[in-house]
Amino acid sequence: MNKSLSLRNVCILRDGIPLIEVDHEVSAGEVLSVMGPSGVGKSTLLAYITGNLHPVFKGMGEVLLNGNDITGLPPHKREIGILFQDDLLFPHMSVGENLAFGIPRGGSRAERRSKIENALCDVGLDGFSDRDPATLSGGQRARVALVRMLLSDPKALLLDEAFSRLDAELRAHVRELVFRVVKERNLPVLMVTHDLEDAKSAGGPIIELESYTKK
Amino acid sequence: MLRFLPALTLFAMLGPVAAGLWGTVLPAFGHLPAAGLTGPSLDPFRTLLDWAGLASASRLSLSTGLIATSVSLAIVILFVAGWSGTRTFRLLERLLSPLLSVPHAAAAFGLAFLIAPSGWIARLVSPTLTGWDRPPDLLILQDPLGLALIAGLVVKEVPFLLLMTIAALGQAQPRRSLMVAQSLGYGRVTGWLKTVFPRVYDQIRLPVYVVLAYSMSVVDVAMILGPSTPPTLSVQIVKWMGDPDLSMRLTGAAAALLQLALVIFALAFWWGGERAIAWLGRIWIETGHRGQKEAPIRVISLGLGSVSSLAVLLGIAGLAVWSVAGFWSFPNSLPDAITLKNWDRHGPAAFQTFGETFIVAGIAVGLALILVLGCLEAEHRSGRPLSRRGIWLLYLPLLVPQTAFLPGLQTLLLNIGADIGRAPVIFAHLVFVLPYVFLSLGDPWRSWDTRNATVAGALGTTPWGVFWRVRLPMLTRPILTATAVGIAVSVGQYLATLIIGGGRVATLTTEAVALASGGDRRAIGVYGLMQTFAALVPFALALTIPTLLWRNRRGMHE
Repeated sequence: MNKSLSLRNVCILRDGIPLIEVDHEVSAGEVLSVMGPSGVGKSTLLAYITGNLHPVFKGMGEVLLNGNDITGLPPHKREIGILFQDDLLFPHMSVGENLAFGIPRGGSRAERRSKIENALCDVGLDGFSDRDPATLSGGQRARVALVRMLLSDPKALLLDEAFSRLDAELRAHVRELVFRVVKERNLPVLMVTHDLEDAKSAGGPIIELESYTKK
Repeated sequence: MLRFLPALTLFAMLGPVAAGLWGTVLPAFGHLPAAGLTGPSLDPFRTLLDWAGLASASRLSLSTGLIATSVSLAIVILFVAGWSGTRTFRLLERLLSPLLSVPHAAAAFGLAFLIAPSGWIARLVSPTLTGWDRPPDLLILQDPLGLALIAGLVVKEVPFLLLMTIAALGQAQPRRSLMVAQSLGYGRVTGWLKTVFPRVYDQIRLPVYVVLAYSMSVVDVAMILGPSTPPTLSVQIVKWMGDPDLSMRLTGAAAALLQLALVIFALAFWWGGERAIAWLGRIWIETGHRGQKEAPIRVISLGLGSVSSLAVLLGIAGLAVWSVAGFWSFPNSLPDAITLKNWDRHGPAAFQTFGETFIVAGIAVGLALILVLGCLEAEHRSGRPLSRRGIWLLYLPLLVPQTAFLPGLQTLLLNIGADIGRAPVIFAHLVFVLPYVFLSLGDPWRSWDTRNATVAGALGTTPWGVFWRVRLPMLTRPILTATAVGIAVSVGQYLATLIIGGGRVATLTTEAVALASGGDRRAIGVYGLMQTFAALVPFALALTIPTLLWRNRRGMHE
């Protein structure tokens, strides 16, 4: 069975008017960049894939993950990770608690702990487990958010302008890190961005969304 | 289950109001099987019309309501226009916010202790300025025009309207409008009134209506500060309703319908006034008057705002001093002797009542939180926010005068043989606690970043997991604040406790108001102070608990 994320004839409508249409398959280890002007509905597409589409929209078409139709599944059963432009670390949890929140149930306390420590080590944040996320730098928080997402063991990854809040230098660094990890894990990735740099460095196919509501 | 919560909440809020109104309409038309009377007849209204005090009671209801509301609103609007964004504004805002929770009755007693002929103000200026060496024979409290009553309402409604206005300002982006206006040469006050006020008023319209309806029909404040011969219409309704002669209930019910009609009339009148002012405002805007010499307006608005908050603060201080006062001769500013005897005498009973007050408040607020959180979560999951009509329904229990439906509710409960006592009192409190908890929690709940829920869901967390492990902890502060608001509302309930409790449920408020006629200032001091604490302590806890709980989480304090 092929590892892939496919969007089959996906079409999102608002008030009966189509906003976006996508028909594409993202294979494992590949990064599909979805570009387009702001307001075209890029984030709406991601909301459809994660199962969080607002009821004012209507979505049609299927989302397939590794060949299984997940269109009807609730968000928490879809196994699709997502990173936003903000790190969205839960402010009431320590770094370690944030990571533990993402790890699937099971395993002993010690096992879960060592998973967390190793994962933090991998991104150069050893010993950060007890820290308050609010005391971390922007780059550190972005790495924690990445690790949290990876520890939940997703089968695909969505990036919603994930790098746009970081300054230029940090941005290239975090971007490289993310793309390297997803290649290692062989995950299909769908990235929406308005930045051509992001799309180029992803090295995958690029599709442009066009606005249907042109006057 | 979650899907039914909005309907259940509406039922808990509006069911008692509708049932109570029905229970008022029946006896008003002569139908009261418990007293062996069957209607319909118009006799209750005839008896009502024969009552000599009717004209002045009705006039009082209208005048206190309209004057108290316009004065409170004018103070708030001019103060916000003249000072918003300044350090003075933040200072007074901080001073006024806790006053919001002070129960009306406690504030009224405090004010009475200040302005009475033997009150603190008279003592401070006597005999040097006045020459009085004993309390002057002046009718300051319970004056026939209801001026003391109006003052008592204004000092409590100013903090309420101010906080409502500040909340509305958040959405109106006043700074930009004001900057544009000032760059065009407009004065601060004029610029604010012409550019920001129309948007802000649209947001605070319903709270203003609540103030109007409340001021017209309030009972506890009117019993403390209002005239007594004849009393205000609502006080008279409560008297009739408590009369051992059951047939007087018919007259009371008829008067309750009159009270409702007066409130509807006043609301319609106010609505017309809004139109007239909008029309005049447009003309004023077109003239292009830039507004010079605004300094006096700013000074006056600051003065009135300060006097209003000081009146409550000094009033509470007065309650505290009276609660430990031994012999206190006129015109000394402080008691001749300080004693704990008053607390020895009234303290134990007051603390017991404190317990009962918190049982009622705790259960009512607990139920309200379950319903409100359930409604908000249902709203979040369905993605359908509360409509404009929904907001009106939220305000409805606060717009219907309490005297119009609470006595009717009690009559109805008696007719069906239901027990009166603590449980019905809790549900009656819920009617008033629910809207305030909902209004307090709604905005912070909705402004929570739902991408947190998306992320948590993507990490494999169920919707209820997100609710308990992410959303509730992140919203600790607003939830505790809403709890404190709910407790303050419940603690302050007078009529709902008195009438639905049938005299068997005593809270600090009912006990304090019962002391009003006796005039034992030391007992009033003890009970009034306890009442204030009962409402203030939850607010203090709502501030400190999150600070302690999340002391190592900086992101929770932004």
